[in-house]
Amino acid sequence: MAGEASKAIDQSVLWGGGRSPFSVSYGKMMMWFFLISDALTFGGFLTALAFARHHLADEWPITEEIFFHFPFTHAHLPLLYVALMTFILIISSVTMVLAVEAGHRMDRKGVIKWMAFTVVGGAIFLGSQAWEWATFIAGPDGLISTSADNASLTSNPYGPQLYADFFFFITGFHGSHVLSGVVLNIIVLIRSIQGWYDKRGHYEMVEKVGLYWHFVDLVWVFVFTFFYLI
Amino acid sequence: MERDDIIEYSLDAHHSEEEGKKIRKKIFMVTAILSIITAVEVAMGIIWGKAHIDVNGMGWLSIKIAFIVMTLVKAGYIVMIFMHLGDERKSLRNVILIPYAIFILYLLFILYSESTFIFEVKQMLGWV
Repeated sequence: MAGEASKAIDQSVLWGGGRSPFSVSYGKMMMWFFLISDALTFGGFLTALAFARHHLADEWPITEEIFFHFPFTHAHLPLLYVALMTFILIISSVTMVLAVEAGHRMDRKGVIKWMAFTVVGGAIFLGSQAWEWATFIAGPDGLISTSADNASLTSNPYGPQLYADFFFFITGFHGSHVLSGVVLNIIVLIRSIQGWYDKRGHYEMVEKVGLYWHFVDLVWVFVFTFFYLI
Repeated sequence: MERDDIIEYSLDAHHSEEEGKKIRKKIFMVTAILSIITAVEVAMGIIWGKAHIDVNGMGWLSIKIAFIVMTLVKAGYIVMIFMHLGDERKSLRNVILIPYAIFILYLLFILYSESTFIFEVKQMLGWV
């Protein structure tokens, strides 16, 4: 029967009520519930973006003509830096899933190594995000000033005001998720180094934080398509 | 008070060295797939960008659909393999995915039709 355990469950893993719904632990299930509600927020943002750009289709700016900068060069490289950021986030998601896998083997060294890589990947992404914002705010003349040729929530040199607003809200909200993800990853990294999870007997905390980190990556996959590509 | 996060744990969560090798192989395969899809998306975005093609034609529409399909494929791999939802019980999978999909598709439908209506009104008033 669906939803019922097909084999005897170890008493020690049951929830308080003496059952284990869906055969997952309480913490993991609550992480999924949180992720669903968070996904609804991002879903709301992205569908609102679709609404705005559909009825402003004639004046919506062309993304490739705005995001063509690349650090340390003046070459015209449309979308490449955003693509690099996407790639960095996907790779940090891979190192996270490798940390989870190492945790399942109770391999403390492996968890520490892969968690450290994940933290570094997240930090690089955050730095890129900050650079991207600075470049976007500076506007076409490349100078950050107080005048109206800078992008903000009340002025947008690239086109409709909503374009800048959606840029700041969607990438900003996603960036704050990345920031909290990096903080969680650092906490788990420190606790693995201290040997907390060995004492506890399992590395499920890595898995739960991993769920959140993959979710952040998942959101960026959608942001990349619907804000930058289409 | 006894801490419940210590005693409770998902079933079958530990695996051996050999199983680990198999899982890692799967992870690297998914990594390759995700990287390739991203590279194709970027290449398409640069070659057939909005600046170069007619955005009202069928070509742009099919490119848009291709982008969306590729995004959904990537999302599927991330959710099913990286987030292990494919390994969880089918009932949990349905509880997570189906209500979300229904709600977002409904919202998308509402906003899309309203947006089209607003555009038509603007056309009628001669603003566009």
